[in-house]
Amino acid sequence: MHSEYLFFMQFFMSGLSMGSIYALVALGFVLIYKSTSILNLAQGEFLMVGAYICLSMTLDFHLNFFVSFLITMVFSVILGLAVERLVLRPLIGEPIISVIMVTLGLTYILRGLVIMLWGNDIRQFNIFPEQPIDLWGVKLTYLYIYSMGISLILLTFFAIFFKYARTGIFMRAVADHQTASQSMGISVKRVFAISWCIAAVVSSIGGILVGNIGGVGVDLSYIGLKVLPAVIFGGLDSILGAIIGGLVVGVLEFLSAGYLDPYIPAINEVFPFIVLVLVLMIRPYGLFGTEEIERV
Amino acid sequence: MLNVNNIEVIYDDVILVLKGLSLVVQEGQIVALLGANGAGKTTTLKAISGLLKVEEGEVTDGTIEFLGQRIDGREPEDIVRRGIFQVMEGRCVFENLTAHENLIAATRTRNNRKEIRERYETVFHYFPHLKARRNVLAGYLSGGEQQMLVIGRALMARTRLMMLDEPSLGLSPILVSEIFTIIQRLHEEQNMTMLLVEQNAHLALSIAEHGYVMENGKIVLDDSVDKLKENEDIKMFYLGLTEMGTKRSYRDSKFYKRRKRWLT
Repeated sequence: MHSEYLFFMQFFMSGLSMGSIYALVALGFVLIYKSTSILNLAQGEFLMVGAYICLSMTLDFHLNFFVSFLITMVFSVILGLAVERLVLRPLIGEPIISVIMVTLGLTYILRGLVIMLWGNDIRQFNIFPEQPIDLWGVKLTYLYIYSMGISLILLTFFAIFFKYARTGIFMRAVADHQTASQSMGISVKRVFAISWCIAAVVSSIGGILVGNIGGVGVDLSYIGLKVLPAVIFGGLDSILGAIIGGLVVGVLEFLSAGYLDPYIPAINEVFPFIVLVLVLMIRPYGLFGTEEIERV
Repeated sequence: MLNVNNIEVIYDDVILVLKGLSLVVQEGQIVALLGANGAGKTTTLKAISGLLKVEEGEVTDGTIEFLGQRIDGREPEDIVRRGIFQVMEGRCVFENLTAHENLIAATRTRNNRKEIRERYETVFHYFPHLKARRNVLAGYLSGGEQQMLVIGRALMARTRLMMLDEPSLGLSPILVSEIFTIIQRLHEEQNMTMLLVEQNAHLALSIAEHGYVMENGKIVLDDSVDKLKENEDIKMFYLGLTEMGTKRSYRDSKFYKRRKRWLT
């Protein structure tokens, strides 16, 4: 009985820390979708680029990990701004579907650039000690604990930011009614730029964390695809939904690896999505997505 | 205070909506802008507030001056900062934000915390009813509360010229008179200058001092409210009055002829 509980907790906790990273990336998706109604398919590539830059600063330029982390953040802000300014602002007023296709194009450009600069190999950070710590019988490496800690701190920060900070309220106002927010002096362009910056920053933090856990390679960008269903599951325009969606996908992935993998190999890659499809069949707007407010 | 001088507005590079429109709003006045649907009243407000740009519209000719400075072609946020605030038609509240957050969202152009807090209290001074409802999502407020909220947002932004676009739309008569009482109080107590667009000419003329009548993108009549109320055409088309005791027939009113005079 006790060992079974430990077995469950082992996978649950690992899933939770991976899930909290997914939640970060999901936050990026939701932010951009909420304020600009664009689904940014290049989110996974933002993540990969962030991971590569941090890796390159640490290993190739032999900088301290935290210094390279900060450099990566600065770079992500620039990347977010540049994409918004150069790629999306000229497309304001074009059909949403064209803009989404442009973000798809962006994925190939970013992936190509990364391969050009750093090649195709998977490289490891190997910074944090491999040795797991024992938390009441559940063994977790430092990396998992740090990942969970950093993600949770960031998610709490953003939750408070959107609820109470004035800039957060302006951003939600733009998401709610663009013309009305312009009539009150809120600059929609500025809000768009801030959204893209935050999205780029949180995904590259996610990228650095995942890169530390599993190595940095071009395949990192597929996390974007993995998070997308989590976002839809939580409701594309709900920040809370994104966080919960990310956590659920992470936990389901690890639990299915623990319990179902012996019977059906590699089920953990698919299982979360089976559950997501079922949930979406019952609630098509996602768990926390906006239902139109209708006064009766 | 506001000087709109012979402006022309074109949507989508082809549709000419305003054809040489001029109007003046003096400081401390309530000015009413009347006209039928599609006359271009809302377009006029959007030209002033800069929101036209968002909708592919453009002021192609003429000038708009506010406090002696040209504001045509400027960004909406710049115009709000100068003190012009358009309260949009149809109560565009942020439905998924609470009433409180709606008010805070209007403070983009203000940064002084103390000032914001004072304005916040002022809003509740005029709309005490909103105070109890401030943590409710704006989408769930009643129509009257939403209208109060959008006027409250204008108060948050240190507005000097408030442009109200059909504040009576879709409200019950009691609520309408309540809202108009508050509009008048704001005018008197806060010395708020207002440009009021209304379908309900009775109401608009009851609080305004000066009135403009629009037809087809042009001003066709412009006078003090007392004189407008005496005008036969206004009585007929906007106030629905006839001369007392006289029999009314279509032939007598020569409706089409008199409309036509205005169209040219």
